[in-house]
Amino acid sequence: MSVKSQSIQSKKQTGQDERLKKISPLRVLLNRPELGALGGSILVFIFFGIVAGDTGMFSAYGALNFLDVSANLGIIAIAAAMLMIGGEFDLSIGSMIGFAGICIAIPAIYWGWPLWMSIIFAFAMAVLIGYFNGIMVVRTGLPSFIVTLAMLFILRGATLAITRLITGRTQVPGLRVLIEDDPIAWIFATDTFQWLFTWLGKMKLIALRTDGTPLATGIPPSVIWFIALTLFATWILMKTRYGNWIFASGGDKVGATNVGVPVGRVKISLFIGTAVASTIFACIQVLDAGSADTMRGTLKELEAIAAAVVGGCLLTGGYGSAIGAALGAIIFGTVSMGIFYTDVDTDWFKVFLGAMMLIAVVFNNYIRRKVTENK
Amino acid sequence: MSEYLVQFNNISKFFGKVIALKDVTMRLRKGEIMCLLGDNGAGKSTLIKTLAGVHKPDEGEIIFEDKKIIFDSPRDALDIGIGTVYQDLALVSLMSVTRNFFMGREPQKGIPFFKTFDVEKANKIAAERMGQIGIDVRDPSQAVGTMSGGERQCLAISRAIYFGAKVLVLDEPTSALGVHQASMVLKYIVKAASEGLAVILITHNVHHAYPVGNSFTVLNRGRSMGTFQKKDISREKLLSMMAGGEELNKLEVELKEMDRVART
Repeated sequence: MSVKSQSIQSKKQTGQDERLKKISPLRVLLNRPELGALGGSILVFIFFGIVAGDTGMFSAYGALNFLDVSANLGIIAIAAAMLMIGGEFDLSIGSMIGFAGICIAIPAIYWGWPLWMSIIFAFAMAVLIGYFNGIMVVRTGLPSFIVTLAMLFILRGATLAITRLITGRTQVPGLRVLIEDDPIAWIFATDTFQWLFTWLGKMKLIALRTDGTPLATGIPPSVIWFIALTLFATWILMKTRYGNWIFASGGDKVGATNVGVPVGRVKISLFIGTAVASTIFACIQVLDAGSADTMRGTLKELEAIAAAVVGGCLLTGGYGSAIGAALGAIIFGTVSMGIFYTDVDTDWFKVFLGAMMLIAVVFNNYIRRKVTENK
Repeated sequence: MSEYLVQFNNISKFFGKVIALKDVTMRLRKGEIMCLLGDNGAGKSTLIKTLAGVHKPDEGEIIFEDKKIIFDSPRDALDIGIGTVYQDLALVSLMSVTRNFFMGREPQKGIPFFKTFDVEKANKIAAERMGQIGIDVRDPSQAVGTMSGGERQCLAISRAIYFGAKVLVLDEPTSALGVHQASMVLKYIVKAASEGLAVILITHNVHHAYPVGNSFTVLNRGRSMGTFQKKDISREKLLSMMAGGEELNKLEVELKEMDRVART
């Protein structure tokens, strides 16, 4: 109560200042890092609404399809964005996905571990690898680009070598039967709101299979994770002390250290964050496919960084948002799936991805100049 | 209780074979402004970092309020009340005034594990504090990048004071500023000292130091050339002590010689 009245009072005080320029809502919006991505995603939806509106892309089944792809990318993009705001890169995200996949599959299939134990094992490995990335960058002062590039090769190589050594193949199938009674696996493998979709099916509001069950059975786990992580990351960045430390560490490492921000610890925790997000990604995909593939996640690190950049993260750190990265992921996911519904050859997707990123970088640089120089 | 708030006795610091500081002694009372003068390479930066807890002195002792202390990190120095404002100010220009003001020491509210950064309270304090020194922060959520150099300097100093600095160490606070902005900062420094802080003002600009300083310590090639009270030393004498003086005299002689040669 008292806090509230004080804040009103302080607002009144600043309100009385005749020098306070009236800031237009547009101006406020312009100062938000996710503006570009918001505009971009609106454009993308308008485009596909016109081009592919009647093709089934926006049916429940179609929409969940592109949301699933967006959500998977979003999970790693948000973690990559937080790390970028903290001033570092992680190029080992894609390799970490492959590695986490076999960390789940090999113990479960070949060593007879219960599935939940191998999932925990995968997360433990992720924490270790993220910690190693972080401590290498913080202790040596080397660019994270180099350190994690090394980790990209090491992890991918290790994934391939270990899998072939133990299984003689590069794929580990047979996980599906283990999901059923597992106490943990459902977190990454259950479609939610199934009752809603069944009901919608009964009401003939969504498409049905020939046996009468709805085509779209529920919200995929990736989407739930994606939404939860977006909210969680936004809360951390905007509303917590740790969030302020992330901005400070990326904005000015030396300055932040000098005022007592534990920059090293912040960065290490962010590297652990990207590795853990990669493992969440791996869990969802491996349990969905029922098998682990050593090449899973290839090039995902670059897509994650691209989504973060489109979402307004500066490559130099200290600026960006989780919502922006989430929107960036939605743009990429929507276009990569939507392109199937148009007459355009899908080969053009990468061209779009690159062009989008270039535009975003130019736009972001312009925004940063505006933010720091509008006197 | 001795008359001094803080004493740095015979501080030495070596980097391998390089002697960065040797036997530097400084003692400050409350409300005193001591100017630390020295040319480039005199060891000013090393001394600041030693005062701020970044470097550990290899020899000598630091006595604060009659207790001998050893800093393990910059945090230790901050915690006992030595606030250092570096030349780069430790401000992040992309972040807001409030977020900068409370960087590293954000006020929190809420229950454990779900504590949030109390932005409203922080905004209020930041605007209030800046208002006290005559800087009207129109919007505490504006980026620091939009402020002038003098305003940024004052923000950094005001932040150090808010977080309990009893000794302010200021590294070249006026070096990058124009006359007007510099005088605004100097005025604020004098005001801070009059409220009981001890201030160590590091500069190579005698013209900025002389009007505000109570005493002057001159550093040359890592050694202290002594500490002088204002009444005992003139501006010109100080200037010539800062290595520059000798050099300039020599230059004058050389120029005269060249002039003479040219004429004959």
